[in-house]
Amino acid sequence: MGTISLKNISKSFGSTQVLNNLNVDINDGEFLTLVGPSGCGKSTLLRIIAGLEQQTSGDVLIDNKNVNRVRASERDLAMVFQSYALYPHLTVRRNLETPLRLRDYNAFERLPLIGNFSPSKKEKTESINQLVNKTSETLKISELLDRKPGQLSGGQRQRVALGRAMVREPVAFLMDEPLSNLDAALRVHMRSELSELHNSLKTTFVYVTHDQAEALTMSSRMAVMIDGNLLQLDTPQEVYDNPSSLSVAQFVGSPKINIFKGTADSGGTVGFLNVNLKRKSSESNTDLHIGIRPEHLEITNENNENTFSGTVAYRENLGSDIFFHVNIEDGSNKIIVRGLPQFTHQISNGSSVNIKRVSDKALLFNQAGMRVQFTNA
Amino acid sequence: MEAKQYIGEGWKHAILIIGAIVVMLPFYMMVSMSLKSQQEIQSISGGLIGAQETQTFPVCVKTGYSEETCTMKPYQYNYWFAFEKAPIPRYLMNGVIVTLSIFIIQVLVALPCAYALAKLRFYGREFVFSMVLFCLLIPVHGIALPLYVMLAQAGLVDTYSALILPWTISVFGIFLMRQFFMTVPDELIDAARMDGMGEYAIVWKVMLPTAIPALLAFAIFSVVAHWNDYFWPRMVITGNRDLFTPPLGIREFRGGIDSDEFGPMMASIVTVTVPLIVAFIIAQKRFIEGITLTGMK
Repeated sequence: MGTISLKNISKSFGSTQVLNNLNVDINDGEFLTLVGPSGCGKSTLLRIIAGLEQQTSGDVLIDNKNVNRVRASERDLAMVFQSYALYPHLTVRRNLETPLRLRDYNAFERLPLIGNFSPSKKEKTESINQLVNKTSETLKISELLDRKPGQLSGGQRQRVALGRAMVREPVAFLMDEPLSNLDAALRVHMRSELSELHNSLKTTFVYVTHDQAEALTMSSRMAVMIDGNLLQLDTPQEVYDNPSSLSVAQFVGSPKINIFKGTADSGGTVGFLNVNLKRKSSESNTDLHIGIRPEHLEITNENNENTFSGTVAYRENLGSDIFFHVNIEDGSNKIIVRGLPQFTHQISNGSSVNIKRVSDKALLFNQAGMRVQFTNA
Repeated sequence: MEAKQYIGEGWKHAILIIGAIVVMLPFYMMVSMSLKSQQEIQSISGGLIGAQETQTFPVCVKTGYSEETCTMKPYQYNYWFAFEKAPIPRYLMNGVIVTLSIFIIQVLVALPCAYALAKLRFYGREFVFSMVLFCLLIPVHGIALPLYVMLAQAGLVDTYSALILPWTISVFGIFLMRQFFMTVPDELIDAARMDGMGEYAIVWKVMLPTAIPALLAFAIFSVVAHWNDYFWPRMVITGNRDLFTPPLGIREFRGGIDSDEFGPMMASIVTVTVPLIVAFIIAQKRFIEGITLTGMK
């Protein structure tokens, strides 16, 4: 079992409010990602779950037991840190053994030399060895067991750090940006390995990252946090397709979503630039932000009431896609449009293009940044 | 271009060599005098080791040994007589007992204290740390008299405790280790907490091993200072010769009825200095690492 519930969690350092009345229920076996820009309080939230930080108010429940007063080591959670935090003076084997020794041996058995006289120690040592060997085989680090952390590469250290968390077979894993010290290629590779590991362990993972791509690729659900508030908690696809607010829409997705200024007239008809949407807004007579993702815009030869034109300022070729950074004619916006290479390879910087939107894909937000629904959606 | 570079380098080396000579000269004199006879020392002749003529030494005879025993080469005589006249091994042992006890207790106090000041959040931490800095400014000699009075009231004058107790809390040690612990990442400590270590276990099992270079630097500062200290032992060891530390022991050779005999005196000084020099040479590489690591002088 590994359910974690956070109820009305608030945290402030002095007069600075870092977390603002958060409620999250994490299901057993779930891969939940806490994602947000740096400084949004996601790491603090993780440390509160771990017990390394005390919340100012609210409750943490693990397996429905209130653990507010339970020490970090007794919550049966394991944590993987950004800088790996391996003991630099111990071999990999000893690094993996340490949490087990501290859990299984009693105070007498931990004493040097005379601890060996305890009758039950031999048995415990054997089970520790077995667990360490099993874990190191799973993570393919068996041949590294006698080295010191200083002699390992970044990726290997990452595995050892994972191993040290795994040996205890905890109720949940907490991970604080574990991949951000790796190079780009290794990071993408480790994403898939972590997902596989999660599938085989079937343990709850709580994963903190500022990289929305990691959140989108790995998690079963993602929690988007900005400025200490939980803005949306849903599956990655739902967060991407149906963001609850302008900030979430802007944070999730790369390149960023395009935002146009527009209005809704008294009948609810939404217009921006020279384009009118077919669907009607539920809020009328107001200024709106219209969000359209780059892949929902396309470059076209047509020129009609559904298209608008602009000049290509910069062309970003990623091989599989080309993103065009386009200045809109009235100078109000700079937007990003995705083009497929086979249709758009001849377009260069400075050319003027017509842009058409894919219908039914626009998102509406009001002046406060909250989502506005279409009436006949 | 090349020649100019050599001249520039030459200047630097010339200055450094002069500096080295100035520093080394007293040591040269010390070793040389510990090998030569009294006449050669007083007439400043005989180079480094003198003629080493077998002779009978009058001071030795006057002390009560037979003429036969007192006839030998000067270097033999100097070292033999130094050990005969004063219980130098006893002094050396006292030095070891005092410096090691001081160092071990200093570490026992400074490490947890530095850890708390560097890594734990508690009310008044900044105040405590500023007190530590403030204490760094107090010269030992300023508080020597009150310390002596307190020890005397406690009846501790002329004991090992008098030599050891006043130095067991080293604010310099606390400061040095605190600065080092600031560079240890918090995540390492959090990881240890997650693994189930208590705060004391963290200090001894995680912080201590990572702080070995800094600790070694501190060890050399501490051991050198207390091994060579003359001022404090001179104050609190008033009568009991069995408690003399090496610097007090050297004083035995100064003056007296049989006038100054420099040979045995220098021999005893060499004996007292050598252990430190050997220790420093062994620890030298680590010592310099420790210094650069903490940016301290």
